Order: sequence, then structure tokens, then C-alpha cells
Amino acid sequence: MLLQDTALIYGRYLRQSLRSRAALLFGLLMPLLYLLFFGPLLTGLPLGGRGSSWQLLVPGLLLQLGLFGASFAGFAIIIEKGQGVVERMRVTPVSRLALLLGRVLRDATVFVFQAVLLVLAAVAMGLRAPLGGVLIGFAFVALLTVSLGSLSYALAMKVSTPQQFAPVINAMTMPSMLLSGLMLPMSLAPAWLDVLSHVMPFRYLVDAVRDAYVGSYATAHMLYGVLVALGLTVIAVTVGTRVFRTAGA
Amino acid sequence: MAPVISAASLARTFQTKRGPVQAVRGIDLTVHEGEILGFLGPNGAGKTTTLRMLTTLLAPTGGTATVAGHDLATDPAGVRRSCGYVAQSGGVDGQIGVREELVTQGRLYRLTRTQALARAEELARDLDLTDLLDRRTATLSGGQRRRLDIAMALTHRPKVLFLDEPTTGLDPGSRADLWDLIRGLRDEHGTTVFLTTHYLDEADALSDRLVIVDKGVVVADGTPSALKLRYGGSIDASLQDTFLAITGRGPAPVDAAPVAV
Ligand SMILES: Nc1ncnc2c1ncn2[C@@H]1O[C@H](COP(=O)(O)OP(=O)(O)OP(=O)(O)O)[C@@H](O)[C@H]1O
Ligand SMILES: [Mg+2]
Repeated sequence: MLLQDTALIYGRYLRQSLRSRAALLFGLLMPLLYLLFFGPLLTGLPLGGRGSSWQLLVPGLLLQLGLFGASFAGFAIIIEKGQGVVERMRVTPVSRLALLLGRVLRDATVFVFQAVLLVLAAVAMGLRAPLGGVLIGFAFVALLTVSLGSLSYALAMKVSTPQQFAPVINAMTMPSMLLSGLMLPMSLAPAWLDVLSHVMPFRYLVDAVRDAYVGSYATAHMLYGVLVALGLTVIAVTVGTRVFRTAGA
Repeated sequence: MAPVISAASLARTFQTKRGPVQAVRGIDLTVHEGEILGFLGPNGAGKTTTLRMLTTLLAPTGGTATVAGHDLATDPAGVRRSCGYVAQSGGVDGQIGVREELVTQGRLYRLTRTQALARAEELARDLDLTDLLDRRTATLSGGQRRRLDIAMALTHRPKVLFLDEPTTGLDPGSRADLWDLIRGLRDEHGTTVFLTTHYLDEADALSDRLVIVDKGVVVADGTPSALKLRYGGSIDASLQDTFLAITGRGPAPVDAAPVAV
């Protein structure tokens, strides 16, 4: 039942994404601009990591893509609530968990697709990274979208207008991006900033993907990254499911 | 006749920033199988909130209810299988085609793909939507969209159909068509219909029985003529005057205002 329902909801929203090609590519704009106009600035700088500056920057941009894209996913559900679509589905026997999972899996598909395009563009700019590492990077993008998407949908179910939703998301995403060292590694930071950044779950994710991009898979960074990503996903999906089960205030 | 809906002290209080809002204070009602029940009340009386509780969308904060023999609290899945609901706002996505919405709805009710396709055709035939199957729902007129909303709610042939202001915004012809449709559902399938409306002529013409709510409680219950006799002063009283007398929103004494000459 759950699988079948999830596939149904996934299909509905994937078709929705495919109908609007612009929306399918829109999330790529910001990371692509960073890649084109910010990336070249780093090529000659001493960044302290192993490998090229692209191997440092691209993992950050991938997670930026997921962070901004998935955090705003809830907008769609606010619109659907207004149309009555959410309640119409909730009076049917469909699994509540499927209503959430179908959506976040669609988001994961869309953002991994965007991530592939971003990596291809990065290869054209000069990125060289092992295939295994690149695939691990996509897996992290998928986990990040599933978890942030779940939280975003949960918040969107709780509020009634976009005006209540957008400020919260804005207040979360920008500090998250800056404090996790997505653009430049936190190893360059003064000690207090480095310490502070460890409070951010995304810090562990980006460190893990950066290791993967230089081909080091069995590292402490990777272990923490995997644990944090999985932990975040479990917590977020649990929160999301609870909200979808009881929603209706 | 067996009651198909029964509610006892059903209540819902919303917690808001400005304190609790008692949307429904305690509703007791019984609806019999095959009955068309008109659920009336002024704006904000708690009609939509009651419907959302009876369809499992909203958890009651007090009281109990059963729908088609299934308890709201302990068997919401059973309630969902036996009832259909058309919300005040409708419930289709404007960018999606009519056929796709109908088929998805069938799938949500766990029909196979083939069954869902066949059911979509059948519903389209019954609700006169066949020529519209390939249109996006945003391109439908208000009346066509209402028929689509109802078709969606009938997908699983529910025993009980909840309609929240189904005829608001429809022209007189479309309203009359919808009345015929609702009567047909009851006559041919024995469907129980629980509907809200602000059109008193509609309530009068369509309902077997009226339940009038105000400020979250039932203030009157009976056939249209019984209510007219009791509250309007005579069986020939208008339902408008009866309604105003019951809800205390205006004068309705039978012999008060002398007709100006
Ligand atoms: N989610 C909510 N949060 C807070 N208050 C609510 C909520 N939903 C409804 N209310 C309040 O509960 C009361 C009853 O609302 P409801 O929508 O049930 O009325 P109604 O009888 O359907 O009115 P109408 O005829 O205007 O549709 C109103 O005062 C409304 O403001
Ligand atoms: Mg209402």
C-alpha cells in the first residue's frame, strides 16, 4: 500500500515538474552563477585542501543547490492547500506517509538531475574528480533534499500564507550556507567560526563530499557525514509524517 | 431507518494567537440512510469545521461521532472509505487535465490503473464531463468544475456524500441541474447527502430535513415545514423569516410589520 501510494504521488508531482521545464532548471541558476563567476577566482588561491579548487567548490555548490531548492519546496503545498487539493487527498484512504514521501522523492529526483547538470558544467570548467566520489556526492544531495524537503513541507502544512513561510526559510538558509563553509572551507576560518560551524549539520555533509571528491572514502569526515545525513533524514521524515498525519488546524 | 451519521457533543476548539476559538461547541445530530440533510447556519457558525471533523480531516477536541458505522476516532480509515467530500473551495489542480485528476482520484481509492481509467469514463458520462476530459481543469466554467469536484468525490461510490456550499457561484440553471443530480444520487443509489448552503430556497426544495447551527451548536432541527410552523409562525412562512427567527439575526414576527400602502 505504502509503496503503491508513494509511487502514485511521486508520479503526479514528477509529471507536474516535467510540465514546467523552467521550474525544472530554475534552481540551477544560483549555483551555476557561482560556478561560472566565483569558481575561477579560486583557482590560484591557497585553499589548504587536497586536489584542485574545483574539488572544493563543487561539493559546496551541490549542497547549496539542495539546501536552497529543498527548503523552499513547501511553497507548492501552500498553494495546493488554497486550491483544496491537499484536503481532497487527505479524505481518501491514501497513506499519509506517501503524501509526504512521494513529494520529497520527486524533489530528490529533480535536484539530483540538476546536480548532474551542475557537475557536467563543472567538468567543462576544469573539475576532475573520481566517478565514485561524484556518485557519493549525488547520494548526499538526495538525502539532503529528502530531509530539508520534509521539514519544509511540514512547516508549510502548519502555516496558512506564503508570508508566514518565506521569512522563516530565508532566516534559516542564508546562515546555514555561510556557517557550513559551503563556498570556502572552514579550515580557513578563525577558530571561533570553525567551532561554530560544527553546530551546523551541513558542515559534516560538505566535509564528507569534499573527501569523496578527492577519492578518500574511508575517513572520519565520511563517517560523520553519513551519520549526520542519515540522522537528519530520519528525524525530518518522522517530523514530516507526524505533521501530515495530524495536520488540519 | 438506521442512522448513517450520528454525532454526540462533537466539538472543536482552535488554539490561535489571540486565544482559543470555539468553532464548534457541541453538535448532536443524527442523519438517516438515504436522507438529504441541509446543514444551515450563518457565516462562521461552524458548518465547515463540522464537515471537516466528520470527514476525518480535523480531529475533534471533544465528543464522538460515527459515519456509516465507523467511529471517527478509532476507525478513520473506515470513515474515509465510506464518505466523499467536496470542500467549499473545491479540490482540483488547475494545471492538470480532467481525465488525469479523475484517474488519480481512482488510484487514491486503490483502484487498479485499468479500473481507474474505466471509472473516470463512467463518472464523466454520469456527470456530463465526457467532452471535457482532455481539458485542463483551470479552463472549466464554475458549473463544470463543480461537477468535476462531485465526480471526484463519487469515485468510490460512497454511502455518504458531504457537500460544502456546492452551488455557491452557480447560475440558476446549473443549480437546478445540481439539485437533480443530488436527488438522483439518493433515488438511484440510496446515497445519504449532507450539504451546507446559504440559499434558503435551495435548502427548502432539496432537503428532507434541516439542521440549523449557530455559534457552534444546533439551534433547530426538523423538516422545512415543521421549522416554519414552529419558528416562522405558520407553514406558509418563508424559510428566510424562519431562519432569521431561529438565529436571532433579525425580526421575523408573523404579524409585526404592517405592509406600507
Ligand atoms: N483553522 C482555524 N483556526 C482558527 N479559527 C478557525 C479555523 N477554522 C475555522 N475557524 C473559526 O471557526 C469558526 C467557524 O468556522 P467555519 O468555517 O466552520 O464556519 P462556517 O459555518 O463554515 O462559515 P461560512 O458559512 O462562512 O463558510 C469561525 O469563527 C472561524 O473563524
Ligand atoms: Mg464554511
